[in-house]
Amino acid sequence: MNDEPVYIAGAYEHPTREAPDKSIAQLHAEVARGALSDAGVSASEVDGYLTAGENYQVGRYPPLAMTDYLGLDVSYTDSTDDGGSAYVNHVGEAANAIRAGKCDVALVTLAGRPRTYDGDSGEREHEALIMQENFEKIYGAETLPLYAMAARRHIHEYGTTREQLAEIRAAASHHAQYNEDAMYQEPVTVADVVDSRVVADPLHLLDCCVISDGGGALVIVSEKARAELDRECVEVLGHGEAVSHHDAGRIDLTRTGAEKSGPRAFGEAGLTPDDVDYVSIYDSFTITVLQTLEDLGFCERGQGGSFVEGGTLRAPDGELPFNTDGGGLCSNHPDRGGMTKVIEAVRQLRGEANPEVQVPDAEIALAHGTGGYLGTRHASATTILGREAR
Amino acid sequence: MTWEPRRLPNLTPETERFWRAAADGAFLLRECESCGLTYHYPRDHCPDCFSSDVSWREAEGTGAVYAHTSTDHVPGCPDDELPLIVAYVELEEGPRVLTNLVDCEPEEIDIGTRVEVRMRPTEDGDVAIPVFTPVE
Repeated sequence: MNDEPVYIAGAYEHPTREAPDKSIAQLHAEVARGALSDAGVSASEVDGYLTAGENYQVGRYPPLAMTDYLGLDVSYTDSTDDGGSAYVNHVGEAANAIRAGKCDVALVTLAGRPRTYDGDSGEREHEALIMQENFEKIYGAETLPLYAMAARRHIHEYGTTREQLAEIRAAASHHAQYNEDAMYQEPVTVADVVDSRVVADPLHLLDCCVISDGGGALVIVSEKARAELDRECVEVLGHGEAVSHHDAGRIDLTRTGAEKSGPRAFGEAGLTPDDVDYVSIYDSFTITVLQTLEDLGFCERGQGGSFVEGGTLRAPDGELPFNTDGGGLCSNHPDRGGMTKVIEAVRQLRGEANPEVQVPDAEIALAHGTGGYLGTRHASATTILGREAR
Repeated sequence: MTWEPRRLPNLTPETERFWRAAADGAFLLRECESCGLTYHYPRDHCPDCFSSDVSWREAEGTGAVYAHTSTDHVPGCPDDELPLIVAYVELEEGPRVLTNLVDCEPEEIDIGTRVEVRMRPTEDGDVAIPVFTPVE
């Protein structure tokens, strides 16, 4: 493997948040067209294709279904699906494939309709196949309680407060007011979050992300392909991944895989958390953000609560502006949320975020995805991106 | 509390004995004869050393709450079971296991609350679901 530079040349987020009249495949095609157009690349130039597939909606063998449907002729496919982190991982996987000479122009597409899809999700079938879930679902240990228990434990061990968690949502909503596509554009206060109804103690309604239809796509290219393009690109500087799980019964709900994926990505990039100007942090729940910030090394373990106080996460002037599109908490979470994390990081590095939340002179951005459940097993994916010299 | 009979888990060659033992009142753990690890969920290999020389061990059935939540948002859960308390209990033997806390109110539960196992019936009389309840 060489260390040839790899670039994100195209990024596109579907503006829809509710798409009852479209098929998942259609949404894939629409975001593909958007990202290819952004990059200035034609579909015939695509020789790599990646998708997590959302296979309960696309069908079996997602790369086959989608390359056929989109009409692609590719020498590389990947369909790693580790949940919400998948599309952050795809950036690293596409970069590896490009550096290995397997392809020059990789298209990555996500589409999901969790808001309006009313068909059989196939979840019951999967449940029976995953041995551990027989020890989980019978107790009602669904997504919400699994993250709530992580929050409970963090509060217990470190004295994290409800208000500190709420500050994360308040900051995201501050950003969402400038995003005309965001699902919730009304700013909320810490008090609004704390006063919203409890959904799984200690988490309240406004600690939870939205459920939206939509999608997004990326075009990732080799240096050779990049030379043919006029669009400002973003360099992929580093990538790391990790899986954390029940560990035979030793699960620690206050730790995430970010404590491993982060150092791996920073190591590959030759950078440290101090170098980062902007972060997209997976925000299925406020607690997901708080734990991830700690584990990536932006503050000491257990200090995430005090770290986020005082406007730290608020763009443009906070110490570490995050999720300037409003994130999953306020804007968009179409199944696997990692895609929008990468897209907003690309916007920031190109100087194309919404003007009110554009971080001045952003040179280094980090996008982090969390797939699965902090309460049982989850994947962590960290990608570090850099602005091209202008 | 009438989430009974409870939904039947999918019995597999590795887990059937666990569920049937529960119907006899026992919470079984796995123990590795090679490295000594006591673990959950039941598997025929040790997740630490990958040995297949593993045996069953009956747990005391007591432990302490490691984490807990109560929620009204559980698909398929009957109303009279709500709010449902989902918890991790750290067993005396070490492993933290997912479960429900029953016959108690959410306000009675803290991290560290001592609990002991109870068995809840399923539609199969030979299979039961372990849950926990606070000890006086």
